[in-house]
Amino acid sequence: MTGFAILLGFNLLGLLAERVFQLPIPGNVIGLILFTAALFLRLVKLEWVERSAELLTRHMMLFFVPYIVGTIAFLPVLRANGLAIVVSLTGSTLIVMLVAGGVAARVGRKARPAPEPGQGEASPGL
Amino acid sequence: MNLQQIYENPLFGVTVTVGAYVIALKVQGRWKSIHPLFVCSGAIIALLLLFDIPYDDYRAGGDLITFFLGPATVALGVPLYKQRHFLRRYFAAILSGVTLGSVSGIAGAGLLVWLMGGTQELMATMMPKSVSSAISVEIARQAGGIPELAAVLTVLTGLLGSMVGPALLRRLGISGDMPIGVAIGTSSHGIGTGRVIRDSELQGSVSGVSMALAGIVTSLLFIPLYGWFH
Repeated sequence: MTGFAILLGFNLLGLLAERVFQLPIPGNVIGLILFTAALFLRLVKLEWVERSAELLTRHMMLFFVPYIVGTIAFLPVLRANGLAIVVSLTGSTLIVMLVAGGVAARVGRKARPAPEPGQGEASPGL
Repeated sequence: MNLQQIYENPLFGVTVTVGAYVIALKVQGRWKSIHPLFVCSGAIIALLLLFDIPYDDYRAGGDLITFFLGPATVALGVPLYKQRHFLRRYFAAILSGVTLGSVSGIAGAGLLVWLMGGTQELMATMMPKSVSSAISVEIARQAGGIPELAAVLTVLTGLLGSMVGPALLRRLGISGDMPIGVAIGTSSHGIGTGRVIRDSELQGSVSGVSMALAGIVTSLLFIPLYGWFH
């Protein structure tokens, strides 16, 4: 529960920062950035949060389910603009995926593969 | 006995969602290619339609589930921290993949809507849809789109990328934890990240970083676009 409390705390901190500083980035993402910074600065120790974080990230898909179910409420709007939405949704999602993946693979090839101990099995796509 | 009162209790939505999710994971355990989100959401939608249960009743419990997205997003900091050496080495590749991917996604979505004869309102709604819904909704609102529809499209984008992404990338010769993580995180935000983190912690952490970077990059890219939309 310690870990869960810490994660909730950073989530709240992120929302607060978003409101107070009027940032164009959502509170959840600000919370992620602040929490990661706290891990790097050793303000939060990995073993305090590891188990709670593992449980939450492993089942992250579950937390999206109600949103997907919610799309049924928008069926009339989706149907009215059906073809334009289907084509541009599918097309642009594929474009983003291929460009992002392709560029990352190409630029990453230049990064020197110098595996550190215990990192040998990582496959960066070379 | 009035069943209506049962449906309105948040316990109904929570139980149905968690139950359907557990079944969906079991189904995936047997047939690997069937996406759990497809089974889970499909089963719930069928149940609501079959028993004529209003969506708002289900939502009472659904909102309790989506609440956990906040702490789950923050929790992505843990795989990110554990993979810090890897991420540092490939930071240039990740950042350039995310930036060019986001730019071409915004341009591509706008262009495709325009080609299909969609309105400017639909363009403004469609263009930010690859980033996580909290961001895309705000951007769509500021650009003069429809925020509620932006949320729906963002979810559908994530679902599509999460369902076909990993297999499609492999078929097109884009392999390796780093490029796959960048492609999925940039195109399909948390829904995609939630999918790949089950395969590999490394893919999940690259995807999480890419998702956060894509959110920041897209928010910044839209600042000059707002003038054009108004």
